[in-house]
Amino acid sequence: MGPKIGVVTFPGSLDDQDALRAIRLCGGEPVPLWHGSDTLDDVQAVILPGGFSYGDYLRCGAISRFAPVMTEVITAANSGMPVLGICNGFQILCEAHLLPGALIRNNVRVFVCTDQDLLVESADTTWTSDFTQGQVITLVLKSGEGGYVADEETVRRLEGEGQIIFRYVNGNPNGSFHDIAGICNERGNVVGLMPHPEHNVDSLTGPSQDGRPIFSSIFSFLSAKV
Amino acid sequence: MPKPEILDPQGKAVSGALSRLGFAGISVRQGKRFELDLEGELTEERLAEVRQAAETLLANTVIETFNVRVEEPPSSSDAEEPAESAEQAELATQAG
Repeated sequence: MGPKIGVVTFPGSLDDQDALRAIRLCGGEPVPLWHGSDTLDDVQAVILPGGFSYGDYLRCGAISRFAPVMTEVITAANSGMPVLGICNGFQILCEAHLLPGALIRNNVRVFVCTDQDLLVESADTTWTSDFTQGQVITLVLKSGEGGYVADEETVRRLEGEGQIIFRYVNGNPNGSFHDIAGICNERGNVVGLMPHPEHNVDSLTGPSQDGRPIFSSIFSFLSAKV
Repeated sequence: MPKPEILDPQGKAVSGALSRLGFAGISVRQGKRFELDLEGELTEERLAEVRQAAETLLANTVIETFNVRVEEPPSSSDAEEPAESAEQAELATQAG
């Protein structure tokens, strides 16, 4: 078995099963984690999946951010554990201040569901090392509140420090500042992105397998660490 | 309320609908209002606690501003009011 990767299920998570499946298909050991748990069950990395946790009440991710398991996730992330937030997971990471900025309603005012082209801006994080910088990939994007916003200074810092790791290309689907689709923290262990790599790991269900490098990157990182 | 520099797609949609209905020259920004009923007396400490709650959960200060306003509860001299309503203070937290 490969490295143990946990996937947190919140009330209203939708893509937890796909994330667990993607981990398994790509060679890892998927570990389901429960939002009410106060332990991470010795996993080596954590994924916060997509969906509509707590019905997106108040703001997307605002209530999940205070789920018991998040205390553990935040502590682990701050001590260097790799954490990936996909879509609603990205929103949760922003609400938890593990990543800067916030995600607001799409400027097009409709839910966007599309195969989205992305430019890989950084292969220098624990979750993207198996990509090549400058590579264009296609991942499923499906979100109503995917517009990334942050104050000018934050965006300048993200640009300057290479913390923007995925950018929308061939059109900005939701009004994200600087076409931002995914970012990482300063250390590079916490990554959030709106598109769904876990839906793009199998030719049966997706137009590409461009999501796989996300999972292989983290496996390589964790294997090298042992 | 959403900070001025943050795009407000909901407000934009409402503005558009107003204009289609003939309400010309109105630009809307949409926020949220929370009404908090407090048990017991409203002290400075209690108010500070409410502000803390607003900052921690009710608003996301990365994109929103909020203010806390104290409103007196409707007069409870009415005999039909339950006795345990005690001193009730209504707080309006505006967030967007």
